[in-house]
Amino acid sequence: MTEPKKDIVESPEQAASTGTLAARLSLSQRAGGVAVPVATVMLAFLIGGLVVLATGHNPLDAYHDIFDGAGLNWIFHPTTSTQTTAAYNLSQTLLQSATLILTGLAVAFAFRCGMFNIGGQGQYFVGLIVANWLGVSFSGMSPLPHILIAIIGATLAGAAWAGIAGVLKATTGAHEVISTIMLNYIALYTATWLFGDGGPLQNSTQPTVPVSNPIASSAQLPVIWGTIGFQGLDIGFLIAIAALVVFWALINRTTLGYEVRAVGFNPEAAAYGGINVKKNLVRAMAISGAFAGLAGAIDMLGYLYQYGSLDVAVSQVGFIGIAVALLGRNTALGVFLGSLIFGGLIYGTTQGLSSNVIQPELATNLTYIIQGLVVLFIGADILILYVWNSRKRLRRQSPPQAPAKAAVY
Amino acid sequence: MSDELVLEMRGIRKEFPGVVANDDVSLDVRPGEVHALLGENGAGKSTLMNILYGLYKPDAGEIRIKGKPVSFGSASDAIQAGIGMVHQHFMLIPVMTVAENVVLGTEPVRDRVLLDETAAERRVADMAKTFKFAVDPGALVQDIGVGQQQRVEIMKALYRNADILILDEPTAVLTPQEALDLFEILRTLRHEGVSIVFITHKLGEVLEIADRITVLRRGKTIETVSREGATEQSLARAMVGRDVLLRVEKPPAEVGDILLEVEDLWVSDDRGIEKVRGVSLEVRSGEIVGIAGVDGNGQTELIEALTGLRRAERGVTRVGGRELHHASTREVLDAGLGHIPEDRQRRGLVLEFSLAENVALHDYGRPPDSKWGWLFPKRLIERARRLIEEFDVRGGGPLTPAGALSGGNQQKIVAAREISRDPRALIAAQPTRGLDVGAIEYLHRRLVTERDEGRAILLVSLELDEILSLSDRILVLYEGEIVGKHSGAASEEQIGFEMVGLKNEAPAA
Repeated sequence: MTEPKKDIVESPEQAASTGTLAARLSLSQRAGGVAVPVATVMLAFLIGGLVVLATGHNPLDAYHDIFDGAGLNWIFHPTTSTQTTAAYNLSQTLLQSATLILTGLAVAFAFRCGMFNIGGQGQYFVGLIVANWLGVSFSGMSPLPHILIAIIGATLAGAAWAGIAGVLKATTGAHEVISTIMLNYIALYTATWLFGDGGPLQNSTQPTVPVSNPIASSAQLPVIWGTIGFQGLDIGFLIAIAALVVFWALINRTTLGYEVRAVGFNPEAAAYGGINVKKNLVRAMAISGAFAGLAGAIDMLGYLYQYGSLDVAVSQVGFIGIAVALLGRNTALGVFLGSLIFGGLIYGTTQGLSSNVIQPELATNLTYIIQGLVVLFIGADILILYVWNSRKRLRRQSPPQAPAKAAVY
Repeated sequence: MSDELVLEMRGIRKEFPGVVANDDVSLDVRPGEVHALLGENGAGKSTLMNILYGLYKPDAGEIRIKGKPVSFGSASDAIQAGIGMVHQHFMLIPVMTVAENVVLGTEPVRDRVLLDETAAERRVADMAKTFKFAVDPGALVQDIGVGQQQRVEIMKALYRNADILILDEPTAVLTPQEALDLFEILRTLRHEGVSIVFITHKLGEVLEIADRITVLRRGKTIETVSREGATEQSLARAMVGRDVLLRVEKPPAEVGDILLEVEDLWVSDDRGIEKVRGVSLEVRSGEIVGIAGVDGNGQTELIEALTGLRRAERGVTRVGGRELHHASTREVLDAGLGHIPEDRQRRGLVLEFSLAENVALHDYGRPPDSKWGWLFPKRLIERARRLIEEFDVRGGGPLTPAGALSGGNQQKIVAAREISRDPRALIAAQPTRGLDVGAIEYLHRRLVTERDEGRAILLVSLELDEILSLSDRILVLYEGEIVGKHSGAASEEQIGFEMVGLKNEAPAA
């Protein structure tokens, strides 16, 4: 049997380098191509279907209704009787997808620099808060500057929030997974307090309702599909699409992206090349946070308009962004496709599913089940390759007789 | 002592792509002898022992244990055959006791499932007494010193009935006193009939403890000698070799201005240990200055400090007359210093990047590669295509990931990038490590060409042959200091002695 190329390198450090997350990820990317994400989705839906089956319903019926609930029948089997509803449903799916594109990019960008940004949810909250604050203030301003101020403010706030984790990593070596998770909690409880009873951003008209003021109409994003009062699809969707293009160009066509990728693949070689690794860690985290902050802005200015402490407690879009990015292999196109799948699932499972096809309690949770399975399988894909390789390493280095096996560690 | 051999290895060959690690190596060990396996780093000692321990399969050759041919598929086969190995890095569980560590996996049991701790401790205590190991079986491994931990490792092997014990550079981690204690133990083991293979590159130890010595160089057995009659000088000669294997045609150097200058440089490693201690050197235009030395004598830290990858404690570097003080890598590059790093895969290349992207590793941030932060991939590809042709890189085009190339071609890409930047001074660290003869020849010729173009070249290599065949002047680095300077016809023997810290010889003129 021929040994794979990795195993013939001279130095033990070389073998150790496969231990980094980015290296493992790149390994799985090379090994998996597009087959793994496709298989992952199919397997996740299959297992989700088994759960539906276990509750005594037909999974095919359930998925069919979710499909229609997501508005996809508008494209795939249009009938005149359902066309208006379908169109509305599809616009809602895209509304969800727009958010997920941005929270997905927030995870993907950090990943390309070798970091795992779990903090998309917190950065999204920070974006929501600032967008609400700026959208409520400056009422009477003309729309364009007002919208720009709110969007830029929220984006910068998201960048600064994530930047904290970047600075901590660059200066003290604090792992970004831990610090972003902690920053999530800080953002979550700050939002709960700000929007809650007596909080600084709580609405001034109903002092007992823990909800913010609605933003001024001058800060509301124009609607491109649907009606403004009925949560139509706003230009936030186009902003998200533009963000995909920006992400692609930034990564592949700029010196900044070159540095990000070099640091992500091999920080030592990057440093040797003259790249400031620490600066890149901070900058990549900040850019990640900017995407998530922007997600908060387009949600607030596009269709939420106001936000309450109860909304804070249930929001999951930052976490679903992780699944979107992993499924999309941290590329722009992949994130786009992943966001469509999860956008469809989120909306399709919440809207008017008959209890004949799915248990109502299961409906929304099916999204989270599938999300969890996707993360699990993508993680397992890396894990399987990792175990496969370390098994080879072990066989070469250590005395794996039964007694000595435990002694290796 | 009988003539029967406890271990015979005959004609062992092991090839890794591009490198022959062992080439027709033979080793035989008698019962109850301490057999030293001596050689420089990369001479093939570890490969040979990993083959013996079942971790590598030899491509050719035969192993006999007590006269019986064996073929090990894994380390457990080797252990079964009575071979024990003590690695440089111990494999012990710190929170468990000495006895628990020793019996691990073959524990004495009581009531079918419970570890019989008293029995374990008793057995280990018996063993410690037999072999005169001063170790407390009940002590936790984390509480005992390195020397004692090593004894635990040896006991682990003995507990599994090893009668051939391989020690991989056992004194590297020990203090001088601990080393003496270890030798005492080895003498006891020898007395008890255990055969010991002792891997080292320290000559003093060899003469102190070994009965016979096998010297490896460049993957080949050079000789096997008894301790009687062997001297440090004769061993050093055999170890570093006296004949230059690779000859490089080169005209006499025409030296010009000083392009690289180092003054009183002091550098510490990550643990704060001073690795470079007051090095001063200068390299002139048109000459190759070689730094010879055994691995770990400060070469890495010296190079890292010169190239801005590590902060020097003290000292000044000048490149082309420009003074660099705590300069960043970028500033060093801009001053005109090129650097072929010692580990091309870890540092010299981003293996996941295409060749085009790798070629741009230093210059991606400036025209023509980019402007205002916008990258021009076509220009990178164009340049890569040119360099691939000029440097005869095979196995891929500009868009091939660097990781897909062979070692030699990877190194050519690194060299191509560094040389094409037209540096005034070039540091070449281990430029041919692990490469095949063809690639070595190419890189050597290229370095001489660049010298003749008027660059100042600092060559750092662990291969003395390489230093001797390429350098116009040679500096010997030992424990962070320059202990010898040679020019013109350097005496290989003298350099060899200086590399291993022998100072009793009068310095050459």
